[in-house]
Amino acid sequence: MKKSVLFGALTVAGLAAGAAAAGTLDDVKARGKLNCGVTTGLVGFAAPDANGEWKGFDVAVCRAVAAAVLGDPSAVEFVPTTGKTRFTALASGEIDMLARNTTWTFSRDVDLKFEFTGVNYYDGQGFMVPKELGVSSAKDLDGATVCIQTGTTTELNLADFFRANNISYEPVPIETNAEAQQQYLAGACDVYTTDASGLAATRATFENPGEHILLPEIVSKEPLGPLVRHGDNEWADVVRWTLNALITAEELGVSSANVAEMASSTNNPEVARLLGTEGELGSMLGLEADWAKRAIETQGNYGEIFAKNIGEETPIGLSRGLNAQWTDGGLLYSPPFR
Amino acid sequence: MSTTTDPQGGTFRLSMLLNDTRYRSMTLQAIAAIVLALALLYLYSNLAANLRAAGLNISFAFLGSPAGYDINQTLIDYNSQSTNLRAAVVGVLNTLLVAFLACVTATVFGVLAGVLRLSNNWLVSKLMAFYVEIFRNIPVLIWIVIIFTIMIAVLPGPRAFRGDDATSSMLFDLFAFTNRGVYVPGPYFTRGIGGEGGSIINWLLVIVVLVGSLFATRAVTARANNIQAATGVRPKTLWTNLAIWFVPIIALLFILGLSWDVPALKGFNFAGGIKVGGPLIALWFALSIYTGAFIAENVRAGIQAVSKGQTEAASALGLRPNRVMSLVVLPQALRVIIPPLISQYLNITKNSSLAIAVGYADITATLGGITLNQTGRAIECVLLLMLFYLVISLLISAFMNVYNNSMKLKER
Repeated sequence: MKKSVLFGALTVAGLAAGAAAAGTLDDVKARGKLNCGVTTGLVGFAAPDANGEWKGFDVAVCRAVAAAVLGDPSAVEFVPTTGKTRFTALASGEIDMLARNTTWTFSRDVDLKFEFTGVNYYDGQGFMVPKELGVSSAKDLDGATVCIQTGTTTELNLADFFRANNISYEPVPIETNAEAQQQYLAGACDVYTTDASGLAATRATFENPGEHILLPEIVSKEPLGPLVRHGDNEWADVVRWTLNALITAEELGVSSANVAEMASSTNNPEVARLLGTEGELGSMLGLEADWAKRAIETQGNYGEIFAKNIGEETPIGLSRGLNAQWTDGGLLYSPPFR
Repeated sequence: MSTTTDPQGGTFRLSMLLNDTRYRSMTLQAIAAIVLALALLYLYSNLAANLRAAGLNISFAFLGSPAGYDINQTLIDYNSQSTNLRAAVVGVLNTLLVAFLACVTATVFGVLAGVLRLSNNWLVSKLMAFYVEIFRNIPVLIWIVIIFTIMIAVLPGPRAFRGDDATSSMLFDLFAFTNRGVYVPGPYFTRGIGGEGGSIINWLLVIVVLVGSLFATRAVTARANNIQAATGVRPKTLWTNLAIWFVPIIALLFILGLSWDVPALKGFNFAGGIKVGGPLIALWFALSIYTGAFIAENVRAGIQAVSKGQTEAASALGLRPNRVMSLVVLPQALRVIIPPLISQYLNITKNSSLAIAVGYADITATLGGITLNQTGRAIECVLLLMLFYLVISLLISAFMNVYNNSMKLKER
């Protein structure tokens, strides 16, 4: 009888533990480290460099959140996830946030119970083929063998695109970008399809990038952004507004170089609110007043992060395109800091 | 009598549950059962509470909704608008296909290697020992990946077959070995029932004729045995049997108009014929040679379990070594070989779930991979997967046990 009482108590304790797991912000502060899910390696977006340090566009978002919450951009535990494992990792609480080229879709948001906190890259699905195939349009791909990362939206878009155009193809499902690259280069598939940004990043690592072309068709909308679990709105706010702070900083001309000077001498009230010299925005989030300043100081504003990791000066060479500020004809439009 | 330790009726005390050997084992088992039940209850309530907290539920309705993705190897009709259930069935059939093929070839490899390892020829026996030790001591996942990688890297792509200065050519203009798979000519019927291309009835007809031939030859052999028993002279059956096997099937295939669809380059790939995909080949071959090494050891143990006197007695009767093996040793060795062989077949079936490493669309890759991922129904999918593997494994066990019972020593 005593044993059953003991287990009854354990059951109650288990239930209590399940219910208490809601306060991610407090958990992260208590842990002193942010667990951030990233890809297993996509140069420019998230990949370890020669020293084993994670670098990239998505990594910068993780580091910005860590800087805002913990004051230390290096207090991040990067958890590499595949297209298949990422949602389980997030739902189970293994990671606090996911910044991994993840497309914001209705079913992921509503059915899988995740909260997308914004878009850090507006992308679309493209196709890469070797130049020697002489293909100039995705509609010429009838009968082609297509390498595709399994468990992604691109897998479904691909099926839709070929069905809509009434042409056939043979899918080769692959777990990671590295394996896809290997099979594509060995000629085991004619085409590699994923988000256009990912294709550009992959092509940049090829020995002869010039021998491969991206087809002009962009067959889907792929808004990529960081996401967190449903139901923890405080934590979702922290991630959302950290991303917005990076975007707003670029819009307002605040950069890593001038953020310290701007914080002390600005006479633009929105900059002052953003950087915490005016108003109480930080404490509303449950963070210190200079949260956004720390994020911008260490990672730079959105434009700096873009230019440093995937911009035209880098081997990946993506232009801003849709990802320009709304003032420059792009889609980046952060709600105001007020 | 008051000092006796015998628990007479009515003097049962609670302490006897632990102190009395007659009750102790029952007490301990009851406690273990309660603990186990509570542990399961705890896990279940924890799951239910966490699902409720996350706002999720358990539902199998997703099986009826369109899958939305394509599969590269399908044994039944399937497209991206088919349901998740159908995608799962496609996966089930692919799992069964590779498991069946691998069981057959692993048995062949295993028996050959096991027998040859006992060969008196030093080189042959050492080569087989080398095969067994190399293959069973490296994880099968690594073999799968190695074989697949080598296939991709060594074999040419379809592009190499194109143009006037093609670097590769088809074998006999019939077979194409590419890094996407092997293309072989596929049979079809030009005058088949159900029009050109034909329906499955044609193939059923072929099977019926073959089975008929099998029974006819068995009847001929039985008659020959009877005549031999009665007169001591065995009538010649070879030509009769050959005629029974070949005449009806050739006649049927001629009537149906058998023709061969030879693969040819078309667009990006070879078209026509039958494609045996690279992932299937890699998985099939890896599972076969890996499990074959284990079966070889089972076979060797089985043969060595047959006492040497049996071999010597058979030799003394004048039987040649290969007949000693096939008539005397192997039938007795089978009794030792079959039980561990069952577990090797189960291993093949379960190891086939490593298919996703090379992109082979088995049940783990469709239901447990893409469907799970696109619908987010992890618990449901994994439960179904567990159920499937359990049922298949139990079925294989049951069939093999029937075979084992028919082979084992009949004691009178």
